[in-house]
Amino acid sequence: MVDLQTTYLGLTLKNPLVPSASPLSRSLDSARHLEDAGAGALVMYSLFEEEILAEEHQYERFVHNAALGHAEAADFLPRQAHYQGSLDSYLQHLQTLKSHLAIPVIASLNGVSEEGWTDFGRELERAGADALELNIYFLATGLHEDATSVERRYLDILIQLQDAVNIPVSVKLSPQFSSPVHLVNQMQQAGASAVVIFNRFYQSDINLETLQVEPQLQLSSSYESLLRIRWAAILRGALDIDIAVTGGFHNSSEAIKALLSGANVVQLCSVLLQHGPDHISRTLADMRRWMEEHEYASVQQLQGSLSYRNAADPAAYERENYLSVLDSFTPPAGVRY
Amino acid sequence: MSDQHTAMMDGNEAVAHIAHLLNEVIAIYPITPASPMGEHADSWSAEGIPNLWGTVPAVIEMQSEAGAAGALHGALQAGSLATTFTASQGLLLMLPNMFKIAGELSPSVIHVAARTVASHALSIFCDHSDVMAARGTGYALLCSNSVQEALDFAFISQQASLRGRVPVLHFFDGFRTSHEISKVRVPTRETLLALIDREALAAHRSRAMTPERPVLRGTSQNPDVFFQARESVNPIYSDFPNVVQQAMDEYAAVTGRQYRLYEYHGAADAEQLVVIMGSGADTVAETVDYLQRQGHAVGVLKVRLFRPFSGEALMAALPDTVRSIAVLDRTKEAGAEGEPLYKDVVTALARYRRHDMPLVIGGRYGLSSKEFTPAMVAAVFAELGRAQPRPSFTVGIRDDVSNLSLAWDTAFRSGANEHNVQALFYGLGSDGTVSANKNSIKIIGDETDLHAQGYFVYDSKKAGAVTISHLRFGEKPIRSAYLVEAGDAGFIACHQPVFLERFDMLENAAQGATFVLNTDVPPDEIWHRLPRIYQQRILDKGLTFYVIDAYAVALAAGLGKRINTIMQTCFFAIAGVLPREQALQAIKNAVRKTYGQRSRSIAKRNIEAIDSTLAHLHKVQPGAVVDSTLETGISLPETAPQFVREVTGRIIAGQGDLIPVSQMPVDGTWPLGTAAFEKRNLALEIPVWETDLCTHCGKCVFVCPHSAIRSKAFPESALEQAPATFKSIQIKGKDFPAGVHISYQVAPEDCTGCSLCVDICPIRDKSVASRKALNMAPQPPLREDEADNWAFFESLPEYQHRDINAATMKGAMLMEPHFEFSGACVGCGETPYIRMLSQLFGDRMLVANATGCSSIYGGNLPTTPWRANAQGRGPAWNNSLFEDNAEFGLGMRVALDNQERRARDLLAGLGNTLSSGLADAIAGCQQSDEAEIHEQRERVAQLRAELSRIGSEAANSLLAVAEHLCRKSVWIIGGDGWAYDIGSGGVDHVLASGRNVNILVLDTEVYSNTGGQTSKATPRGAVAKFSAGGKNTGKKDLARLAMDYDNVYVAHVAYGAKDTQTLHALLEAESYPGTSLVIAYSPCIAHGVDLSMNHKQQQAAVDSGHWPLFRFDPRRAELGHNPLRLDSKPPSLPYREFVRSEARFSMLWQSQPERAEALLKEAEREVAERYHRYQQLAALDYSTDAPGQDPGRTEDG
Repeated sequence: MVDLQTTYLGLTLKNPLVPSASPLSRSLDSARHLEDAGAGALVMYSLFEEEILAEEHQYERFVHNAALGHAEAADFLPRQAHYQGSLDSYLQHLQTLKSHLAIPVIASLNGVSEEGWTDFGRELERAGADALELNIYFLATGLHEDATSVERRYLDILIQLQDAVNIPVSVKLSPQFSSPVHLVNQMQQAGASAVVIFNRFYQSDINLETLQVEPQLQLSSSYESLLRIRWAAILRGALDIDIAVTGGFHNSSEAIKALLSGANVVQLCSVLLQHGPDHISRTLADMRRWMEEHEYASVQQLQGSLSYRNAADPAAYERENYLSVLDSFTPPAGVRY
Repeated sequence: MSDQHTAMMDGNEAVAHIAHLLNEVIAIYPITPASPMGEHADSWSAEGIPNLWGTVPAVIEMQSEAGAAGALHGALQAGSLATTFTASQGLLLMLPNMFKIAGELSPSVIHVAARTVASHALSIFCDHSDVMAARGTGYALLCSNSVQEALDFAFISQQASLRGRVPVLHFFDGFRTSHEISKVRVPTRETLLALIDREALAAHRSRAMTPERPVLRGTSQNPDVFFQARESVNPIYSDFPNVVQQAMDEYAAVTGRQYRLYEYHGAADAEQLVVIMGSGADTVAETVDYLQRQGHAVGVLKVRLFRPFSGEALMAALPDTVRSIAVLDRTKEAGAEGEPLYKDVVTALARYRRHDMPLVIGGRYGLSSKEFTPAMVAAVFAELGRAQPRPSFTVGIRDDVSNLSLAWDTAFRSGANEHNVQALFYGLGSDGTVSANKNSIKIIGDETDLHAQGYFVYDSKKAGAVTISHLRFGEKPIRSAYLVEAGDAGFIACHQPVFLERFDMLENAAQGATFVLNTDVPPDEIWHRLPRIYQQRILDKGLTFYVIDAYAVALAAGLGKRINTIMQTCFFAIAGVLPREQALQAIKNAVRKTYGQRSRSIAKRNIEAIDSTLAHLHKVQPGAVVDSTLETGISLPETAPQFVREVTGRIIAGQGDLIPVSQMPVDGTWPLGTAAFEKRNLALEIPVWETDLCTHCGKCVFVCPHSAIRSKAFPESALEQAPATFKSIQIKGKDFPAGVHISYQVAPEDCTGCSLCVDICPIRDKSVASRKALNMAPQPPLREDEADNWAFFESLPEYQHRDINAATMKGAMLMEPHFEFSGACVGCGETPYIRMLSQLFGDRMLVANATGCSSIYGGNLPTTPWRANAQGRGPAWNNSLFEDNAEFGLGMRVALDNQERRARDLLAGLGNTLSSGLADAIAGCQQSDEAEIHEQRERVAQLRAELSRIGSEAANSLLAVAEHLCRKSVWIIGGDGWAYDIGSGGVDHVLASGRNVNILVLDTEVYSNTGGQTSKATPRGAVAKFSAGGKNTGKKDLARLAMDYDNVYVAHVAYGAKDTQTLHALLEAESYPGTSLVIAYSPCIAHGVDLSMNHKQQQAAVDSGHWPLFRFDPRRAELGHNPLRLDSKPPSLPYREFVRSEARFSMLWQSQPERAEALLKEAEREVAERYHRYQQLAALDYSTDAPGQDPGRTEDG
């Protein structure tokens, strides 16, 4: 019997498959289903700073803007005595999950500003989160904000949060950094226990009928896993930090590749949304089968065995890899290039 | 003395608090100013707060006050403790049941915030005409004079009623007491529970209808016994004053507040006396105190119990020394010898006076909340002191017609507020000034032993309403039931710099007072930017003057345009009511309490703003001399008619109180078109038209809620005198010849800046997508030029209606609106429908307008948006009541038809004496389009000329009714509260009548005007007042009910989703020769949406199936077509997405997520089912052997 146990964020997980922040953790029933299907831990849906802000503004409009103030009506909507904002609902739900699940629950904070993280972090810790996943979404569009200051912003937020909480913190990164290894190293030094690679963002699309720009988010494809596998291998080769991969991991093959390249855990999202929580148990069964067939005794044994440091041909993770892919492409007969 | 706590609350909350504790069934219906009582009761029950006996009162909203009274009657008969709250017209609707409830001796209380009954005009303000109309019902009438009394009498009345079995109408002055915030002492639940008479309660329950002890009530009696039975209750009524006094005495024993039925206050040897009830009694009392100090032997008798009237008790309260009495009534009974209180006092004196009869005179005061001040009281005493006092008088107005009014010395003060802080705050309804002041009062009330009073005055607009907050603080209870008077305010704050142009605020400043101005003008420049009168008053009165750029502070703190906490901080920092640090801490605590867990970042930003305010508050050193040339005040242009200048203009300028009786129309008739004279300059930005991009689609004109952007087609030759910046261009489209120009012109001083015109504009620059054919730009630099352009635009000739294709949006929008610049909310979803009606049919419309938003922005003085055209034709408008509007409009139609028939008969008789063919041409004209209507008008003009020449009796008779030979269009307009609820019976009857009237329902899905209460149009799951826990029943399908009649034209429209469908529906409705019903989706501020998203919300409502678009035209069935056409596609947007975008729904997710989800699921199912049902109806086969031509003007969708 192979041992699927792994460690992540100082926690011992029974296996490396972790549902990532998704709507599946919004109800206790589906969270239980994930646990029953074998999830090693659970990352809760994100507490979106933007959502909280929007809701707060809506509440403000409730309190003030709806109070147009004329003689017959001081306001227009009844005050809600039991009003509960998203943050409070999130904290309450976190407590519920913690009291009903045996697996670790990682709270996810998603935001754009440099404010507010400390307070949110403290409250999530108090509510029982085993760890925090910090998902900073910042798109630098300014003419004068250079790459260093963007990275500084990430580090500052991390440091603020680290100072405020005593539970492990992971940082979920975008793939769009010039020097990810350098950045992750700095983050580790700033106290990050893990890095989650990579975030998938809404993309702006143009509606050709209305000529409006509209956000789009599509479920991931397996192809996207390759980028993560490469960077897991490179990071593992350089740093001793926990690594979670997320984005495009749909089956056992991709999960095993991630582990081989050095990931501690593999986060699953789109595939669970498409096929349901039971996909975890199927994937785990496939992983076991592969490991048995290939005579691996434990996940820890194979973890990082194909990292940049340990791979037989580490350069393949670098530019040559790109060239060899191009070289492997053979033009169809009769086509002139 | 038992436990009591102090609290800051207004009269409505005080009464609702007690009523909610004492009752089990509460039947409610919204009406100003009583609505908040029902709202509180509903909220508390929704929160699960129990009454004294541990059960949560059942709060049920009814379809009208008549319904509430019926439910009250039923609940009482079934043995419950039950109550209701109302005012004015609402009380009148309860009268029939009140006779019944009293006749059956059912103990209960109706709490009334007394309000004027509509006569020549509606008024939401206070007098006692409503309660006086109820004095014959058999109810006891108990009056409280202040917020504390209102709270106390809410209990005393219930206790007395239980004991004495006489139901009580407990009333207090609307607004002055119902809305005044005051510091009150509130007995605990335990105190009240110990006090309430349980035996009497048990007796009430034992009388309940039950099959266990069956009895018969509500019999029909005959001449033989009815009279005797009616007299059988006399001992009960005779004894009831004693029962009330006993309840007062018991209450005093535990609270320390002793009340008397008739309470005398003043000199023991008073010779002159005023008798009065209501909030004015305290004003008289403080004046009596002053006059006594001056050596006058005067007194006041406060009447608490008006029915049953105890002349004996009243006489016992009077000092024997009284020689002359003035009885003041807050009501008018036209044609009576005197008002009710006066007559009862005279009767009591005649019956019980043991010695010389004093002189008794009667006066009217305070109608419709007219101010009643110590100066006026002094004038009454002065009148009593005259050798020959007027037997009947008025005080508070200048009556130069009947010469009944007393003059008063405006400089007179009672001295009651000498040691109080009196403060005035000028703000906008939307800038949070009032809420900040309410908050300040609460802080002072809670944090100190000081007493506080807050009263808030609003103007009549919804968009850009001016608010003036009157605050007093002092060591003794404040009983001055009148505004802070001119020259008395020790602190004045102006939150909006634009008011400097409009009002002489510092007229109200006391010597040495403080004035704080929010302005972006730097402190070292402001003196030279002040109007002359401000400089003068600052110097004359030695005012301390501060400025702050509150908008800059707010912006820096991330608060946008919210300046309320900043200005509140200024008040506390300067006024010195509390130590500064304590005050600042208290404001911060209040901010945390308001936002706290719900909005942490906003709480944080407010606290940052509070911390940074004082650094931006600057004391200004006044200049040495008055050197400004800027004037303050509002004056109307010379072009305005004389009446408008002299009367309307003065009301606009805030001087309506000074207008004498002689200038008032005697029958409530006012001129149209006056809103155009109010240039309110509300917009920060206005739309700018780009001629190179515009396709002249007309959509911007259509959606403008305030008719502030217009289009006009005119010959190019008319441009000779055009201002340099006036824009126009050759109009596009084959309907118009070359040389015809079009202009889209904004009225820069009337636009509210809502930006909906820009939002709807479909045209974008091909190279720069953010540039549309309309774009917003700052108003100030454009104001002057665009005002000139607007004036020129108005001077251009109208394009002939007969040359316009009104079935196209472009064409319809070229027609002149007869509705402009209303006071409706910024972004209002109702007014575009009304404006469009006025464009299509305005020159031949009669409008019956139900009470509600549309009657307020349509007909609330000082001005009206309804206007006539250059020929003098325009909509004739009237508002009868809330409940009777359909019938009111039907009556118009019946009269018009009758007059038309008479005209046709006379025409037929005179045909031979007229020009050849004229009578036949007139009689035969169908007037089915603008061209035919135009021709008919010309024929009728010719007819009138000929009739004048003929001069016979028959000719003169026809001349009197000849106008009815031209088609008239009757429009019955109102909101969903009217159509779905209170007026439902009338609407149904009119729908069944088949008469040619058009009903437009402006469906905001709540009672908008009274603040967003639930109606039967409110959708399931929406949070609204009276449905604080989310409405748990579905929206009534009024359209389907109407379609059941088969011969009613019905349309369901949403202009923001499909404007041409709305246009065609209105045209079809009007052309339909029977009854038409158009139900129009109208986004409202009560939906909890930003109304700049108005069109998107309409689109989402349609796309989600919440608001399917369709038209049902019975003419189609006659021709073998299915009468129902669905104009919107099957739902394509998840209903969840629609409700998520509106706070009225989404709030429930934050407070009761499981309930919200359950209601949503049910609503989703309903929406899908409804569309499916309509689809099936629209698919029915109506074909016959000989199908005719489709009569519909167009096919949409």
